[in-house]
Amino acid sequence: MGIKWDEFFVTGDPLIFASQIGIALTLVGALAGLTYFKKWNYLWSEWFTTVDHKKIGIMYILVGVVMFLRGGIDGLMMKGQTAVPENDFLNAQHYNEVFTTHGVIMILFVAMPLLIGLMNFVIPLQIGARDVAFPQLNALSFWLTVSGAALFNISFIIGGSPDAGWTSYFPLAGKEFSPGIGNNFYAVALQIAGAGTLMTGINFVVTVLKMRTKGMTLMKMPMFTWTSFITSIIIVASFPIFTVALALMTFDRTFGTHFFTISGGGMDMLWANLFWLWGHPEVYIVVLPAFGMLSDIISTFARKTLYGYKSMVISIVMISVLSMLVWVHHFFTMGNSAGVNSFFSITTMAIAIPTGVKVFNWLFTMRKGRIKFTTAMLWALAFVPNFVIGGVTGVMLAMAAADYQYHNTLFLVAHFHYVLIPGVVFPIFAGLYFWWPKMFGYMLNEKIGKWHFWLFVVGFNVTFMPMFFLGLDGAVRRAYTYSAETGFGPLMMISAVGSVILAAGFAALVYNIYWSARNADRNIGNDPWDARTLEWATATPVQHYNFASLPEVTKLDAFWHMKKNNQLQPLSEDEIEEIHLPSNTWIPIYMGVVFGISGFLLVFEWTIAAGVAAIGILAGLAFRSFDYDEGFHVHKDEIFETESKWRKGANKGVKNHVS
Amino acid sequence: MKKSKLFLVSLTSIMAVLLLSGCENNMVVFNPEGPIARQILELINFSIALMLLVTVVVFGLFGFIVWKYRERKDNLDYEPPEEHGSTVLEIIWTVIPILIIVALTIPTVKTIYAIDEIPKGYENKEPLVINVTSADWKWIFSYPEQGIETVNYVNIPEDRPIDFRLTSAGTMQSFWIPALAGQKYTMAKAETQLYLVADNPGSYVGKNTNFNGQGYAGMEFEVLSQTQKDFDKWIKDVKETAPKMTLEEYEKMLEPSHLGRKTFSNTHLEWVDHSDPHSKNYTNPEMYDRGHGWPGKIFEDKDNYKNKDGNNDHLNHENNEDMNHKESETEDSHGGDHSGH
Repeated sequence: MGIKWDEFFVTGDPLIFASQIGIALTLVGALAGLTYFKKWNYLWSEWFTTVDHKKIGIMYILVGVVMFLRGGIDGLMMKGQTAVPENDFLNAQHYNEVFTTHGVIMILFVAMPLLIGLMNFVIPLQIGARDVAFPQLNALSFWLTVSGAALFNISFIIGGSPDAGWTSYFPLAGKEFSPGIGNNFYAVALQIAGAGTLMTGINFVVTVLKMRTKGMTLMKMPMFTWTSFITSIIIVASFPIFTVALALMTFDRTFGTHFFTISGGGMDMLWANLFWLWGHPEVYIVVLPAFGMLSDIISTFARKTLYGYKSMVISIVMISVLSMLVWVHHFFTMGNSAGVNSFFSITTMAIAIPTGVKVFNWLFTMRKGRIKFTTAMLWALAFVPNFVIGGVTGVMLAMAAADYQYHNTLFLVAHFHYVLIPGVVFPIFAGLYFWWPKMFGYMLNEKIGKWHFWLFVVGFNVTFMPMFFLGLDGAVRRAYTYSAETGFGPLMMISAVGSVILAAGFAALVYNIYWSARNADRNIGNDPWDARTLEWATATPVQHYNFASLPEVTKLDAFWHMKKNNQLQPLSEDEIEEIHLPSNTWIPIYMGVVFGISGFLLVFEWTIAAGVAAIGILAGLAFRSFDYDEGFHVHKDEIFETESKWRKGANKGVKNHVS
Repeated sequence: MKKSKLFLVSLTSIMAVLLLSGCENNMVVFNPEGPIARQILELINFSIALMLLVTVVVFGLFGFIVWKYRERKDNLDYEPPEEHGSTVLEIIWTVIPILIIVALTIPTVKTIYAIDEIPKGYENKEPLVINVTSADWKWIFSYPEQGIETVNYVNIPEDRPIDFRLTSAGTMQSFWIPALAGQKYTMAKAETQLYLVADNPGSYVGKNTNFNGQGYAGMEFEVLSQTQKDFDKWIKDVKETAPKMTLEEYEKMLEPSHLGRKTFSNTHLEWVDHSDPHSKNYTNPEMYDRGHGWPGKIFEDKDNYKNKDGNNDHLNHENNEDMNHKESETEDSHGGDHSGH
């Protein structure tokens, strides 16, 4: 196992060399800064070892935003490369690595952490609970996600990035055609992160089923809770499939089995089937909670109850069922019989029905309302027209015969960006602007927020609209270059310009976070949006025990009705009881680290060393099973003091911030 | 609110501009040159019309509602009514999408079945069988009846059904001639099948749409549709002038490389049929060097034709340079630098 350092570290490319230096400098800077400001202890005891769902949620969001930066730079590099014909900014190998990591990172390390982060922060508050069902498991989920993300990200400087596409189709992704360890990173890093996600799914199914406060029946849950609940069920149903597929992939690549290879009787299309059996539900895993956020935000800023609540619930249940029945539409062109393609065409198109119902319900929620155009609401509004474009092109793609002409072209790429960006990223932005005050006690700046909004929305359309036409002109996805005779040049250039505007929009968000953290008004009360659901009944930012006494719910939009009918719970000293909370623990972060180390060794095919490191995992499990820490109690006096403090000043001198 | 209207206006104008520029581009999918592609286009046009209708209705309703119920200075004390839904309305907007989907389903299923067969009007003509084998990163076309083989171009007679039998020697590709027909995957040890007919003589672009590694972008071929007379003459010329390919040459050809056009007066089908599940493996892991990074191990494969020297754990730089060399010889302008950094 003589290490050759020039192969261990990826060398020879100036872009990669620059990022290596950048990463090293950032690391040194961060370590020095933490030491200088003596923040190590704070970081460790307040964040790294926390089991508080709110802090875990915020850390998830941080991971998502940082990964967005990485995935976005990948996207910009791709757009830069294809802006003009026969460009040589990136070579084929580098381009292949860039689009592979762009896809994986955007779906699994941006969309998922941001959504799970918001779920973590909001769901327990919305259902009037003090925490999730399994707080320590929640922390473990988070640290496994971080571990997987870190492992996946180091691939481009250590060992080489995966380069077989985010779908990693076999036989290309096998050892026969992708030697080198790039695709090992894919298999192992996603396995670790996926384990975390699966546990999150289980955690939230139990949380929603068992932790709802008094009176909150299933049909009185806010829509975001509903969609997150259904999402968690899809996670539990589909992630095990991915776990199995990745395990088989790891065996093929690391131990020489033949599940998917072309030699030894392997079946390449088995991978495609397993991948999309997970991968298609995954699309709904990210889009459903986003739909839920939209519902809550639209009803808040239109000042109306969600229209057609029951049909909304039925729709998401329908979508979750259909999501498991459509995976073959990803390979209509594999030579299925006409009957098979017809069946999957119909199931796929059928998804448009519940989705259409939802769109009309949202529109009618706003009808007769009084729509306030906050930044959060603008994002929710922009969702409708943009997502409709993604939706109707989705129906066009679902028609198998027509798909023979669209498959694997830029038309497809345009379609799924029109679904995923308006359907996932816009709602996430809406959610960030909406819940930011609840998380940090101040609002994001509305003016910078509008810059963020307009740049991003215009940039998005300019980037992806041309791709529909390029696809219909025969431009294929994932091609690192094209000749001038194809005539793709001008539209490719427009698209590249759009991506720069898009990036400027994202930069505005980052600036907004920085600006607001420094300058935003801290005196905003506990309910700055005049909102409708329970999370706004607590202090802003939320005290660590969430609710002094658990609220009782009688209606949908519980908090709104409490406000209208003057039923906000008064603070009386004799009603307050001690609150039991779990203690911080180092086990989850320790598990993340050992999973990362043994995963790293497995990626490099140093199997014995990986096995030895895995003993650390068992040790962590063993330690946990002997851990009898029962948590701690928050004392009555402390609760009373905290509560009276924020309630007294709650709405005193609070300006209307959003007119 | 002005801004949301501005947004709609800018969005529609962007779309209009792009639509217009699209028309000038003569998008290939909208210019079919054969009955199969034409049938698909009819379906596409039908779906576009219906979807435009949906889009217009939703956009209109959206614009109207957002505009009419916006918060203004004069309605700040308006408190919206408590409204929970309307069963009738909800049923209406469940039924309408169902009807639209049904309207789309019928022609879709019909077209799926129709393009699986020889197109109408050509049933009486005997189809010309052409075996297509994709390899990294080239297309091999064998004419079993005529006993000839071409690489990276295929000549076909006009007005006669062509029966393509698709397979792959290694990775998975997708065989697509957008002007003539939709695409199908080519997979090793499996056979897929595609019919098409060309209306007129002409030259069309064919390509691979399924990503398969470093040489993917250059994996194009030309389809030349000729009159029957020209086609017969071309066959005759090939048989008289083209060289014969040897097994050794063929195996060399399957190695990862770009090749220009080649023509032979025999076919590889005499040695191997890649669609046969028991056919030999033609994998060359040591030649797929990434150009950087940790090499990992490569497994021995007892069925493989080359993989017997047990020396595959290390990169074979000689082969690699060989590949670069070959590329510079081809006339393919898409080749570029495929050998890493």
